[in-house]
Amino acid sequence: MSDTTVMPGRSAGTPATSARQERRGPRRPRKPMNTQFRTAVSPHQLNTTRGRIVYWIVLVIVVVSFTAAFVFPLYWMITGAMKSTEELNAIPPTFLPSHFSLDGYLEAWDLLDLGTLLGNTALYAGGAWLLTLAVDVSAAYALSKLRPALGKVVLALMLSTLMIPPMVIMLPAYLTVKDVPFLHWNLLNTPWAIWLPAAANGFNVFLLKRFFDSIPRELLEAAEIDGASPGRILWSVVIPISRPILGVVSILTVVNVWRDFVWPLLVLPDSDKMSVSIGIASLSSQMPQNVLVASLVIASIPTIVVFFLFQRHIMAGLTAGSLKG
Amino acid sequence: MTTASIPAAGGRRRQPTKLRRAVRRNVTAYGFLCGALICFAFFSWYPMIREVILSFQKTNFVDPPKWVGLENFRTVVSDPAFGPAWVNTALFTVLALLCGYGIPFVTAIVLNELRHARAYLRFVVYLPVMLPPAVSVLLFQWFYNPDYGLFNQVLDLFHLPGLQWLNSTSTALISLVIVSTWMNMGSGTLIYLAALQTIPSELYEAAELDGAGLFKRIRHVTIPQTKLILLVMLLLQIVATMQVFIEPYLLTGGGPENATVSVVYLMYQYAFNFGNLNAGNALGLMLMIVLMVFSAIYLRVSRDNTV
Repeated sequence: MSDTTVMPGRSAGTPATSARQERRGPRRPRKPMNTQFRTAVSPHQLNTTRGRIVYWIVLVIVVVSFTAAFVFPLYWMITGAMKSTEELNAIPPTFLPSHFSLDGYLEAWDLLDLGTLLGNTALYAGGAWLLTLAVDVSAAYALSKLRPALGKVVLALMLSTLMIPPMVIMLPAYLTVKDVPFLHWNLLNTPWAIWLPAAANGFNVFLLKRFFDSIPRELLEAAEIDGASPGRILWSVVIPISRPILGVVSILTVVNVWRDFVWPLLVLPDSDKMSVSIGIASLSSQMPQNVLVASLVIASIPTIVVFFLFQRHIMAGLTAGSLKG
Repeated sequence: MTTASIPAAGGRRRQPTKLRRAVRRNVTAYGFLCGALICFAFFSWYPMIREVILSFQKTNFVDPPKWVGLENFRTVVSDPAFGPAWVNTALFTVLALLCGYGIPFVTAIVLNELRHARAYLRFVVYLPVMLPPAVSVLLFQWFYNPDYGLFNQVLDLFHLPGLQWLNSTSTALISLVIVSTWMNMGSGTLIYLAALQTIPSELYEAAELDGAGLFKRIRHVTIPQTKLILLVMLLLQIVATMQVFIEPYLLTGGGPENATVSVVYLMYQYAFNFGNLNAGNALGLMLMIVLMVFSAIYLRVSRDNTV
């Protein structure tokens, strides 16, 4: 179909051509497929009639199946929380709840004390975020720009922790939190049990150092000649131009702490100190199904909101991690 | 090493100044590093060493620890759940790779061809990744309920018999794999998609001129061009899935009849339910050695192929 390159608006402008196209039905000039990015399917084939039919069929199948697989469970969860226990057990199931009510949610909020649980989780995530940024940014800055003696060894040791599967050292790490060596503090049930291990993140140091390495030396030297101290240079020069990577590290840290399960399960056993995942899981077997489901919805709202707001950062963080390990 | 990295700033190269500056720079640098060094030392490096030490000791945290050689390992190996735990973990990993490795790659290839609804599809496939894993797992626990769960209701809709899902030894493990795939495939898909978009279009054009059909182009252009990321993801996924814990912990408690007990779950049980922390450590050390092999290959691959 050679005429597809013609702008559709222009060709439809003359009455003669549009009348011809009316008759010929399928040969209307359509907007050509966006072939800006060449992929495995050839753009030529894609713009044939058969190509278009196949394309639209595949598109519809993909959209429908993705919606069924990833959106429908969430729909089922949100509406399930509005159904009574009898309605949940009904056969066949009701697609829409018989009446709209938020009672399930209110009941879940009270029964599981979700306010406290969410508050705890926010405290853990927020503190971990601040501490991680403070600790990892200054470490990466020192390793990248100040280059101390044995800096390479320190970096290698930090990166070596990426090789150790976290689950494997969870028992000795738990013992450390229970009785910190030399200091003999018991950090169990305190936010520090979450914050301090979160800051020991080799991947963050790696991401930050790699970004700092790309900052031209002349920029820092100029500040140095002006008499700025290393701390001042970090604060006024390095951090302002590192916003993208700081965003990625922030999101990764907050989301990881929010989603984490095993570590808070071990170090926060008190029910009034639990994070939201642990709190719900620990009470799940004692709750009526609709209340449990309502609590699941409430627990997922914060992460979904974060995803809506920071989708770009999150996806950037994902590929930042993958393309280089 | 350090003196070499000082930029040769204009002319001033007298020894004392240089030395003093080097000392000062090192002091400042370690000042910046101390926070991280403390965190890593207490929560990463020391636990790594202690993991090994505790495996060969008997400790009750009242008396001084006693060296017991391989006793902890003997305890673990003679546990009737030891064999099933490794078999299940291996089986879970294989099944999770069959689903969680192939599906995201195929999905990414298809998504890469689509010109519409891209943002929607990307968003939707990543949505489960954003849910806290506990939420996904508990949600699926409800779906798996044989009496009123969604899955049996859907099967019923097509007049198919319902399954026992988590309650039967034959379907329990695959049920865990389904949850795991559902909640994790988004990240793989998006990573592959990003990799696919870096493939230069000339390669496809050249292949087409040489007469290669669609599947040949995928086989001879797409796959070789993404070989590295495929390998890296394979290794990462093996390491991640072999640490499976939350699914058996929340869904089955290792049952029915040890059909879903995993190595990490057994390790957790030794430490917190059987009161034998050292045996848990011994098991953890075994897993660490196995996983380090994959990690080492991964590091090797990613170091050789980046830059």
